[in-house]
Formats: sequence, structure tokens, C-alpha cells
Amino acid sequence: MFARKIFMVQFERFTLENGLRVLVHEDHTTPMAVLNILYDVGARDENPEQTGFAHLFEHLMFGGSVNIPSYDEPLQRVGGENNAFTSNDMTNYYITLPAANLETAFWLESDRMLSLAFSEKSLAVQRDVVCEEFKQRYLNQPYGDVWLKLRPLVYKEHPYKWATIGKELSHIEDAKIEDVKAFFKKHYNPKNAIMVVGGAVNLEDVKKLAEKWFAPIEGGTKPERNLPNEPIQTEEVKATVTADVPTNAIYKVFKMPGRMEDGYAATDLISDILSQGKSSRLYQNLVQQNAVFCDINAYIYGSIDTGMFVVEGRLLPDVEMGYAEECIWKELDFLKSQTVLADELTKVKNKYESTKAFGEMSLLDKAMNLAFYELFGDANLINTDIENYLKVSAEDIQAQANTLFKKEAATTLYYLAK
Amino acid sequence: MLNRAQQPEFKQVEDINFVKATKHELANKIPVFEINAGEQDLIRIEFIFQNRGWDVKKPLLPGVTNSMLTEGTHSLSSAQIASKIDYYGAFFQTEYSQDQSSLTLYSLNKYLPQTLPIIKEMLTGSIFPEKELKTFLRNQKQKLKVGLEKNSVLARRAFGEALFGDSLYGYATRLSDYDKLDRVDLSAYYKEVYHPANCTVVMSGKIESSTLSLIDELFGTWDNSEAVDAIDMTYQSSLEKLHYTEKIDALQSAIRIGIPLVNRTHPDFIGLQILNTALGGYFGSRLMANIREDKGYTYGIGSGIASLQQAGYFFISTEVGVDVTAATLTEIEKEVNLLKNELIADEELALIKNYMMGSLLGSLENAFSHADKFKNIHFFGLGYDYYERYIQTVKDISPQKLRDLANRYWDYDAFYKVVVGKM
Repeated sequence: MFARKIFMVQFERFTLENGLRVLVHEDHTTPMAVLNILYDVGARDENPEQTGFAHLFEHLMFGGSVNIPSYDEPLQRVGGENNAFTSNDMTNYYITLPAANLETAFWLESDRMLSLAFSEKSLAVQRDVVCEEFKQRYLNQPYGDVWLKLRPLVYKEHPYKWATIGKELSHIEDAKIEDVKAFFKKHYNPKNAIMVVGGAVNLEDVKKLAEKWFAPIEGGTKPERNLPNEPIQTEEVKATVTADVPTNAIYKVFKMPGRMEDGYAATDLISDILSQGKSSRLYQNLVQQNAVFCDINAYIYGSIDTGMFVVEGRLLPDVEMGYAEECIWKELDFLKSQTVLADELTKVKNKYESTKAFGEMSLLDKAMNLAFYELFGDANLINTDIENYLKVSAEDIQAQANTLFKKEAATTLYYLAK
Repeated sequence: MLNRAQQPEFKQVEDINFVKATKHELANKIPVFEINAGEQDLIRIEFIFQNRGWDVKKPLLPGVTNSMLTEGTHSLSSAQIASKIDYYGAFFQTEYSQDQSSLTLYSLNKYLPQTLPIIKEMLTGSIFPEKELKTFLRNQKQKLKVGLEKNSVLARRAFGEALFGDSLYGYATRLSDYDKLDRVDLSAYYKEVYHPANCTVVMSGKIESSTLSLIDELFGTWDNSEAVDAIDMTYQSSLEKLHYTEKIDALQSAIRIGIPLVNRTHPDFIGLQILNTALGGYFGSRLMANIREDKGYTYGIGSGIASLQQAGYFFISTEVGVDVTAATLTEIEKEVNLLKNELIADEELALIKNYMMGSLLGSLENAFSHADKFKNIHFFGLGYDYYERYIQTVKDISPQKLRDLANRYWDYDAFYKVVVGKM
């Protein structure tokens, strides 16, 4: 409605002969540059007997490459910083550094795309580091293990049924160097990567640097992906866990469309209507007006394949779980039976749009989003995806709520205090 | 032939440009600092107030008053405030820190005439409604209960109390503190703190010529009043150095180690930041290299220096497997002492210098970050020459000077050591 035209992200695109796709976004308001490389491999591509591997592998990418013993040190020496993350869909690596030193980023990233050092010591240490990460984030936190328990309840077939950290510690502890080599060979090559270079750079320089450092790398083959479709859920799934937590919690999950499928934007807006900020329905009705939850949120796990729409609430003491669940259903049913008010819909659309605009003040965010959208099909979606949101009508919201919120399609977890 | 073993040539960061703040004043003398940069028609306006009147019997008063600014005014309910702001695609946030309380608006420039009056409502007409206050306190209490189940939270709390006792800087909230507040207290504190003589405005983004007059129109007529005295921040550190809380079932121990230290106004502060970077201030730091990358004891370990207006402190923080908790403490002590006993090698120091310069350059991403840099000096009574000094010190500092600083400020035996978990 109001910000769109002002916030176009300009970019150029070219492809090297070996298949590496390169996107260039010039932004001369900053003295910095970003080099972002996304590999089209995530936890969904793992062997069910070796879960957590894509993420463990991400750690090993920092353990030295074939010609460069240390990754971090030379980068820090030129004033740069880096990090990476792994999701169920992708693995993404990024560097920010003073633009004058951009070539060091090309040197480092191309060498580790060429080949890793495959050091046994690095594997041994990173196995331990990842096990500590597993404990820190998932096991040693109240409610920390909830997604380890929920994913396999929601997904029966699709590999989204395990979390990126893996099903269990033993899968990580058992990783061997041969597995690491095979994983690299299969997934880490120019055809399976998308590179974005942004900031105080220019297209011609980036082309030269890309030719110089990446063109000599053999293209490899893009691995085929044959993932099982998650069947439509026809029966409600319920489970209960009891743990040492201070308050009872409820998690309700419904399957939702994948990132580029019809209905995704409407589903995203439904989560905003329900729970964005203090004027949202769940907060107003179930926290403020009626004392049911101390905290309740609706959000989506947007993923390329079938995703998850989640309602998560922590109950106030003395509130019955059955009653709390009824209250959630009442809100979902209301979305199914009544169209949203025009103002309410405009509000969440405007908020979506301005959130995007503020996000684009960050060079790194722009570079990452270009890479994500290129993976989803076309980097220019960074400028056009907004249309999918703006065209959602009140009737679309109601229809989508009816598609999503069916009793038999719900997965519910009661997380009870001991 | 491409030589992949050879790092490409690189340059050191020489010049760093700061977008400096311009000062204006409203009719009632509220200072307004403007940082004008950027191409997007967005603006951030911060209303910043110094905290006043710390009372340990009502420790939550300043923070709760701040949070409750969004919960209702004479003419708007909390839901109305939120939906109006949301409708225009704007954001607002309250923030309470140990020195200041603030209310910040993020808005598209063109909707400022609609969004800014709502901020005025919150700053001049908040009524702290009973029902909203009850809801807020009840929910905060539940959140604290969850927090108290986390070893890292317990360690941070125990660490603060060890260093700064029950002063504003050290106090760790108890569940019962939520029962000690009523709306009369909040209204009184609101009157004392949220007034023009105690207010500083910082606006950053793409500033239009009309913005200042809009602010003056709305806030320049706000009744001025007398300034209140600042908080007398005297604190008593703990006599015990080791604070151990055993958690039988823990998989990991949370560790915090450190000591009160000088703040940004002290001539040694910049040198200490460089020393801290070497120890635990970046991914390649000695603590990370040893305890994560060599031994695999942890997912992460780091150290930092915090600068508060009336104190500062140095801290090391990590979470490690329970079986290697004792070994980690030994390694930390070893790394601290190495920096006291041996000179940093030239190569390592050169890397740290380049890293810190790049990091400073990278931290100036947009108008908002330039404004943050301004606040870091302004509220410490410093000028932009602080950053010139910072850059010069980073470029010039010698290994000898760093070793001297380590010896002057660090004594492992004198450090407070907090462990929550098992050892």
C-alpha cells in the first residue's frame, strides 16, 4: 500500500560456465561488502540414520580448506567477520568485510568450495562442539526439546520430521571422516550453490573476481532430490510430555503450504492477525481480557515443502488444559466463520510491508534475502513477493482458515509441569 | 597460474566517517540530536530519560513504569495504542536499562504526523490502568519462573549481585517483588522521571525539514519542571569470590567470571577493550581458540567489557559440559595469566588491530547505528574525539602496554567466579 515502490532492491545476475549463479547488489551507501553463499542442502537431504549431518558439516567448513589451513584468521586479518546457519532446507554462509578487501572473501570461499582439508582433529573437536550446542539449546533449557518431540508427530514421511540439530546425540557422535567427504562431494559444488555479492562493489569487478576464483572449480552435478510428500493428515494427533518446567504449555500445529505455494501469504497473515503485537486477537482475548495464558503466540515455520502453522501458549496457574485448548479453538473457529474486518487486514498488511522496508536497511539482510528468493525460484521475488500479500482478501483469509484449521489435521502436544 | 595458498593483497582500514549529530533545542529546552543519513524514508525517534530514585524495597518500579507506558492513556487503551501504531506500519518499543528508560518510535516519514502524537500520549498522559498492570505483573512473574530454570540466567543474576550487591546495577529480581507495586507508585515515578528536564531526544534516519517543527509543536509545549538529582550509585561487592550453585541434573554448567572495572570515560578503557578482544572478544580469540576450537568443551565462550554511567565491569561467560567444568576454569585462568606474563606476538596483535578497525567500520551500517555511536559518547560526557582516540589507540598500542594493562586490572584470584551446574 505505501512503501513498496520506494524499496526496490536492484541486482544483476550472471552464471559461470561451471553453473555457479552469481547475483550482484550494488549499494554504495556503505563502505562494506557482503559475500553470501547458499548451498542447496539442508537437514531434509540427510540420511535418516545420520541426522544432524548438514549442520555438523557446516561447522567443518570452518576447519580449513585444501590450500588454506585456517579460514577465520586471514578473514579477521582484513577486518572481516563471518558466520553461517543450517536449516531444514538450506545451508548459508556469509562474510562481511571492508569492500576494499573483497578479494579475500573470494579467495576463502572458492577454496572451500574446491575442497576441504578433511582434518580428523577438526572433526573430533566439532563433534564435541555440536554435542555441547545440542545440550545448550535443546536439552538444558526449559521446553528446549519441544521441537525434537513435535516434528516426528507432525511429519510421518517427510524428512522435516527431524530437527537440524539431529534426532539424537549419537548420530553426531558417530560421524566418520568418510561420511564427511561423501557429503561434500555430493552437495558442495558450483551447480548447487548461489552466490550473492553486495555492498560497495561493482558488477565488472565482481565478474572478474568470480571468473578468477570460482570459474576453475569443476561444476559437478546438481544432486537429485526425491523427497517423499507428506500425506494429508486425516486423524488428530495428541501427545503429552511431563518435564521439570514451571508452567503447563500447549503446542498446536497444522500443516501449511510451502514457501512458494498458493495460500502461503494468507497463512502468514493469519498468524499476524492472531498474534502480532498487543492489538492481536490472541493477546487481547486470551491474555488481556480473559486470564488464560501468560504468553501465547501464533507463528509459521515457513519452509520450501509443507510447513507448520503453530499456536503455542503457556497457561496461567489454575487454568485447565482442556479449557485453554477450547479457547484456542474458539479463536480459530472464529476465523473460519467470520471474515476479518477491513482495518484489521490492512493493519497486518501494512505492518508486513514496513517490516520488510526496515529490514532492507541492512545490507546483509538484503544479500541473504536475494539468495533465499533465488533458491525459491527467482531473486526478483524480493521485489514482487509483496504482491502475494497485498492481494490477499478477507475472503481469502476465511477460506484459508477453513483449509488449515481442521480438527483431524491438528497435532497437539501438552507439555506439563511435573 | 592462480596461487590459492597466497592471500590476496589487502588494505588496512584508514578512514572511518562518522555522521555526527546536530543539536537542536525545543521551546522548553529539550535537547534534540539529529543524525541525518540514509535514502529510505524512515525515521527513528528516541525519547530517553535518566533513571531516578532507586529504592531496593521497590526494585521493579523503574522497569515496570517503562513497560507500562504502552498500556493505556487518558484517551487510548493499550489495544488502541497498538493498533493505531500497527495500522501505519510503525513500531514502538520501551526499553529499560540500568541507567536509562526510553520510548522509541520507528516510522515511515510520511506517517509521522499520525504516529508521533501517540508517542506524546504515552509520555504525557499514561494512566497505568489497574487491569493491565495486574496482567502485566502476572505474566512477568511467569516469565521469571521460566528464566529461573535456566542455568545461564541464574549465573548472570548471581554475577550481578556478587559485583554490585543490591544496588540498581546488581539487584536480581525476586518473584515477590512483583507483589510490591501498585499504580499509585507507578504514577508517582512517572511524574518524577518522564518530564522535559530529564528528557533527551535522538532522531535518526532520513530527516525531513518539517520533522523538527512537528516535534517542537508536540513536545515543545510540554510543561517543564525541575531536574531531579541523579541516583547515588554506591554498591558493596560480595566478600566471597566463588559462588557455586549445584544443579544435580544439569548437562552443562553456566560460568561467569569477572570484576568491576573502569568505564568508557577512563583513559585506559580503550586499551582494555583491545586486551579483552585478544582474550575473548572475537571468534579467533584465545578463549575460543583454546576452549572451543581446540578442546571442544563448549558451543561458545566469550568475554566483554560493559560500560555503565557510574561503573563498568569485565566478564567472561560460557556454558560447558558438566564433566569439563573444572577443566574449563583451569584453562580460563591460564589464558588470563598468559596475557599478564607474556607479550602478545606482533602478528596476533596486527590481526586484532585490523579486526577491530573492520568491526568499527562495519558497525556503522546506517543512520541508526551512527545514532547509537553518538549515544555511547554523549551520555558519558564525551565528544567525537573519543572515536579519534579509539582509532589512534587501536593503531598504536604496543604489546608492552597491553601486558601492563593486564597486570594493572586483572588478578584471577580477585575475580568473582560464578558456576551454576556441576563440578
